[in-house]
This record gives sequence, C-alpha cells and structure tokens, in this order.
Amino acid sequence: MKDSLNRLAERAAAERLLDVAYATTDSPFGTLLLATTPKGLVRVGLPNQDADELLVDLATRVSPRVLEAPGQLDEARRELELYFEGRLTDFDLPLDWRLSKDFRRRVLRAIARIPYGQTRSYTQMATSAGNERAVRAAGSACGSNPLPLVVPCHRVLRSGGGLGGYGGGLPMKEGLLRLEGVLDR
Amino acid sequence: MVNAGLVTQPAISRSGPSQRLIHEVTELPPFQALIDEHAGDVMAVCRGTVGRGDADDCFQETFISALRAYPKLKDAGNLRGWLITIAHRKAIDHHRARGRGPLPVAEVAEVAVEDPLPDDGIWELVGALPPKQRAAVTLRYASDLPHAEIAAALGCSPEAARRSLHEGLKRLRKELA
Repeated sequence: MKDSLNRLAERAAAERLLDVAYATTDSPFGTLLLATTPKGLVRVGLPNQDADELLVDLATRVSPRVLEAPGQLDEARRELELYFEGRLTDFDLPLDWRLSKDFRRRVLRAIARIPYGQTRSYTQMATSAGNERAVRAAGSACGSNPLPLVVPCHRVLRSGGGLGGYGGGLPMKEGLLRLEGVLDR
Repeated sequence: MVNAGLVTQPAISRSGPSQRLIHEVTELPPFQALIDEHAGDVMAVCRGTVGRGDADDCFQETFISALRAYPKLKDAGNLRGWLITIAHRKAIDHHRARGRGPLPVAEVAEVAVEDPLPDDGIWELVGALPPKQRAAVTLRYASDLPHAEIAAALGCSPEAARRSLHEGLKRLRKELA
C-alpha cells in the first residue's frame, strides 16, 4: 500500500493535481509541519501547533487538494536540518506568500531580510513596512507568521529588550536566539 | 495523518448590516484525509473487481480521477461512497479496455446515494474468490449491476454471469458458516 501511495503522490504532482504537498520533519524543538504549493513553501507549522488544524486551514484557504508528499519538501527539510545544526544561516527556498496580505505581508517581507544572529524591534519592523506607528499591527503580523523559522520572526524583540511573544512558545524563541548566538548558550 | 471529519462552518450573509447565519456550508477536508481513511476500501474494491495483478492501476486511476474532480465536489456528505463509485467505474473501464465487449450501462452516478460497501471484512473473502466469481459478486453487490450488465462487463452470457455469481455466493456462504 505504501508504494501505491508514493506512486499516487508522484503522479498527482506530475499531472499538476498536487496543490499543497506536505511533510513532517524532526527538529530539536519537536515535529515541524512543512507545506508547499508549486510556487513555494507556504506554511511552516511549529511543534506546539495542531498539524490537523493547519491542514484543514490549508484545504480551506489554498486548495482541498492537500497530499502528504515528502518528496516535494526534500530541499526545505535539508535546509532546516542544516539550520538547526548551526551550519546554515540563510534559507534559499522559494516562498509562497499568499497566506498573508497587505501590511502584514510587508512586515513579514521586512522580517525575512533580518540577517542571521541579529535582532530588530517591533517598532523597526512597523517602520520598515511603511507605518512607524503600527507597532501593535507589526506585532500581530509576527504572531500570524505562516512561515516561522524561514521568515525569522524570532529575531523581532521588544524595544526595551524584552523577548516579546512567539507562536512556538517562548522557550523555542529563546532556544533559536541561543542557536544564533544572540543569547548566551 | 490527517484527522478528517468535515469542517462545517456557518456561512455569514454578506448583504445587509444584520449579518445573520443563513445556511451551513460544508467544506472539503484535505484530500489526504480521504486517502488515510478509505485507501484500504478502494484497494479492496479494485482487487475484487479487476484482480490483484491490475488492482494498483485501478487504485491509481481512481484516486487521480477523484483528485481531479475534488475541488468542485458539491456534496461532501459521503466521500467513501463517492470514491467507491469511482473505483467501480474504473474497474468497468478496465474490463471494457480488455475487450470483453461493450457495456451498455447508463451513466454511472457521480455521487453514491448510499454507501454501497459494508465495512465488515467480507470483501477480504470476496477478494479471495476465483476471478470470474469475484468480479460477478463485486459488480452485483457493490456496483449493483443487473445480470445482463455483469455479463457484458465480463464478456460472457447472462447465464454464465448468473452461474459465476451463484458459485461465488455459495463459496462465501461456506466460508462464513
């Protein structure tokens, strides 16, 4: 049966019937869910997020043609693995931004440009996105980031130096900042 | 790995300020949920109708067709019945392609009205029958085809189809006794 299902996923991709391919992958923080469209990575689910709910959300917002097809996510899984080993600082993955719109998308694009091992404040992100007063909106854009890790919202902190929040939980944010050398190990 | 189940969300009227709940919209679950839950049944139907050797082709054709049609599916009420109906259609295509004669069936329904396949393990026994008996039993009881159409699908006389069906049922009764 497993061979049949693998063949099915390959054929679905070849016939352009695979709108959303997903896979799970291990990380030091727990299991991640990765989902891609033909355009690029569209969703990263963190360990504390319910994978089934994320898939239902993708079925509703992108397409119900959602299939488990790990072969479509080999490169994303490889880069994430290297990142967690501290051997990769810049992701080179095509991204599909469709799950965020307008101001939020501008904030997330600005976050995507924060270099490895550096941090910015929510105020700086609001300014980069074109509205320095929309600090709270910038914060909620981080909170709704559909592509955490790859769009490194963990590098955004409070102006006073406080950690702020994180969708994957604060211990994960701290762990990522330690990995990148921002916080002491 | 998908925990399926339909997601039913209340639809909100977009017209007028008093946004009222007017009707329920049933959303389609991720396709993987259909595979997780029903792949075994679809494979059993394919084995039952076209035999082990060609079962995987039938299985692939069934799910590719389903995937193609899925986003436009209007009624998500009986996804298992829908998949099994497609599997039967693919099995009939298969028999037809084998040159076993044209099959004068009316258009096969897009949506199964009732779930045609009980889930009680009997189809494992059906799968173990000799090919003609197996096909006759499956076409009769899962696809609900009359004898004449079973005969056409199998490329034999109605009398021979009736006999295969009879022999198949006799054997099943013995296995179950």
